[in-house]
This record gives sequence, C-alpha cells and structure tokens, in this order.
Amino acid sequence: MHIPDGFIDASTSAAFGVVAVAGIGYAVKRAGEENTDQLTPLAGLVAAFVFAAQMLNFPVAMGTSGHLLGGTLAAVLVGPWLGAIALAVVLGVQSLFADGGLTALGLNITNMALVGAMGGYGLFTLARRLLPRRASSVIAASVIAAFVTVPLAAGAFVVEFAVGGTVDLPLDGVAGAMLGVHCLIGIGEAAITAATLSLVLNTRPDLVYGARDLLGKQELTVRRREPAVVGATGLSGRPPALAPAGADGSSDRIGDGSNPS
Amino acid sequence: MTRSAAADATSSTLTEPTVRRVAARPERHNKVFVGLGLFVAFVLAGFVSGFASSSPDGLEKVAADKGFIYQEKDHSFADWPLAGYAVSGIDNERLAGGLAGVIGVSIAFVVFGAVFWGVTRLRPRSASAASERDQAAERTGAGPGAGAGGAPLA
Repeated sequence: MHIPDGFIDASTSAAFGVVAVAGIGYAVKRAGEENTDQLTPLAGLVAAFVFAAQMLNFPVAMGTSGHLLGGTLAAVLVGPWLGAIALAVVLGVQSLFADGGLTALGLNITNMALVGAMGGYGLFTLARRLLPRRASSVIAASVIAAFVTVPLAAGAFVVEFAVGGTVDLPLDGVAGAMLGVHCLIGIGEAAITAATLSLVLNTRPDLVYGARDLLGKQELTVRRREPAVVGATGLSGRPPALAPAGADGSSDRIGDGSNPS
Repeated sequence: MTRSAAADATSSTLTEPTVRRVAARPERHNKVFVGLGLFVAFVLAGFVSGFASSSPDGLEKVAADKGFIYQEKDHSFADWPLAGYAVSGIDNERLAGGLAGVIGVSIAFVVFGAVFWGVTRLRPRSASAASERDQAAERTGAGPGAGAGGAPLA
C-alpha cells in the first residue's frame, strides 16, 4: 500500500502533499482541544504497534501479501485525530527505512492517515450507531470499519493514479485489480484490528477512545427517564396549542409517572 | 481561582463508578501496560517480522500485473543504513531485519510520544478553554438530569 516515488507525477504528489498537511494540521488542532488525559499511556504505544504490525506481511491469494494499515485500530484506540497523527508519524519513520517514496509521502498520508484513520473512525461511529450499545459492538464496528478502509484506501490510490499516474492505463483494470486484492487484505486488517482491540478492551477498557461512552453508562440511565418526567409535569403548564400533540401519549406517560408515587 | 473552582465542579459531576475506577487504577498499572505493550511490539518487529511473507504487497502486485512497476524510482534514502528494513553491515538477514524493526519501533514510540505531548500539552490556553467548555457542557447536561432525578421523589 506504500506508494513509491515515480508512480504518481510530481504536481499531483505535491497537491496531495498539501491535502496531507491540511488534514494533519486539522487533526493537530482537534487533538489539542480534546481531553486526552486517559489516552496518555496508549500514546506512544499506538505508533510503535502500528509500525511493528506494518512489518508483518501476511500472505493473501496468488503470491501477494498484505499488512495491517492500522488506521481504524489507531483511531478506535486514541481517537480519529491522534490516530491520524500516529499514522503520519509511522509513515514518516518508515521513510528512514526507504519504505514509501519521499515525494509520495503526501499521497501515503492521505490514503492511510486521512482515509485510514479519520475515515475509519467515521465508519466506526456509523456502525456503532446501528449496533446495540455494548462492548462487543465496539469490536463488531471496528471489524466493519477496518475491513472497509482497506479497499477505500486502495480506491484513493486509484483516484490519485487517475489524476496523475505516470502511465496511461485503462482505469477500470487498475481499479478492479486494486479493489479486488485489497478486499482480501481487508479481511486480515479486520482480524488483526479485532484481536488487538479485544485484548486492550479486556485488560484496560478505560484506555479505549472508541468505548468512552460505555464507561459513563449510569449517567445515561438517569437521562433516559427525563422525557417521561418532563411530559408528565409539563402537561399542566403547556400552552393549549401543544396540548393535543402531547395528549395522545400523555395517558401512558402519566401512568408511568404515577407508578412510583 | 477559577481553575480550582472548575476542577471542583468536575469532580462533583463525575459519576461514582468513574471515581472508583480511577481510584482503583494507580499510575503503576499504566507503567505495566506500556511495558507489556512495548514488549509485544518489540517481539513482533524484532522476531516475528522474520517470518513475514516476502511476496509483493497488493499495490506492488497490481503495478507488476498492469505494467507500471517500472515507473518506480529508487528511494531517496535507498543508501541509508536502515534502508529496506535491514541494518547495513550485518550479514545475518534475520538479525539485520529484527534489529531494524526494534530501532523503528523505538523511534515510532519516542517520536509519537513527543508529538502527543506537544499536541496535548503545549497548547495550554486552547486546551484549558476546551476543558472548560467540556465542563460547562457536563454541568448543563447534569443539571436537568439531576432535576429529573429529584422530581419523581417529590
């Protein structure tokens, strides 16, 4: 997934360099505004782990291999903003190992940090909304997000190749091949993400950014009673225009409200 | 003055389980967690990486099949002592790769740790403004909640 120098022309690489700088700059701004105290222990670890995991190429079909991109994993662990910064740091460090072209750094940051971590967290949030509120849903949502981000990052490459590829090729062939092989790699991505996250969730759930909402669960049970009480007490004081709308449901609500008294 | 008042407000709005959880997890647990996590990363990069697949990755494979792999230019750091995840001057391939992995994990850990510290600590004004905003949101969120909690009793 690391684009080397030479695949994409200089002007397109530069344009995506600007995209990457803007995206990471925004991530730095947002991360600075967040309460990150609980994330401190995980901070350096996330980049270290993603770096290590990206060295571990696993075989997929037909003499091809793939490795964890880690965007979704990092974002669920430390949030989309710090997760994207972590991926950008990993990609920068990998340059010391001559992995991923220097001129292509903006392209790679766009695909793996912006699409991978920020996009991955967006998908994760979306999936969380559709799934029940429990710890197992954090794993399920991250599996979905991790799987989807890999072909999504591959799609980002196809767009970059379409804009500034140094070889004129039929795009549907490149797109089909990229998406096909990266769907397979996405299965590995989902498996590694799920395994790592369940390990952290089982040992230190308090450190997982994507599971923050589950820790303050008690507060939410209190809030859930709120509409019923407001409906019951508000009936008498409400303007008559609103009364018919409230009156339909009000009989059950009063019944609910009068039970404790 | 306002800061300590704000801090009191937060501690009073913290839910009881959160307080207990924080109290039950001293700093020591964090050190153990970071230590174990780093150890796992070192083992993966230093040892397990020697068994990783050396087949071309998805992009390389597509580039080779579609015929644009030849466009690849040598990396600017191709002569670097760490290029290609192998420390130059070490003949044993597995040792050179493992050592490169350990060095990379260390650099990633230190650099992102420093970046994290810089991002979250070196912006005291905006950070405290944001936390005050959070606290204000918590207070307004907890206000009606507490009122509702009291209402059924009355």
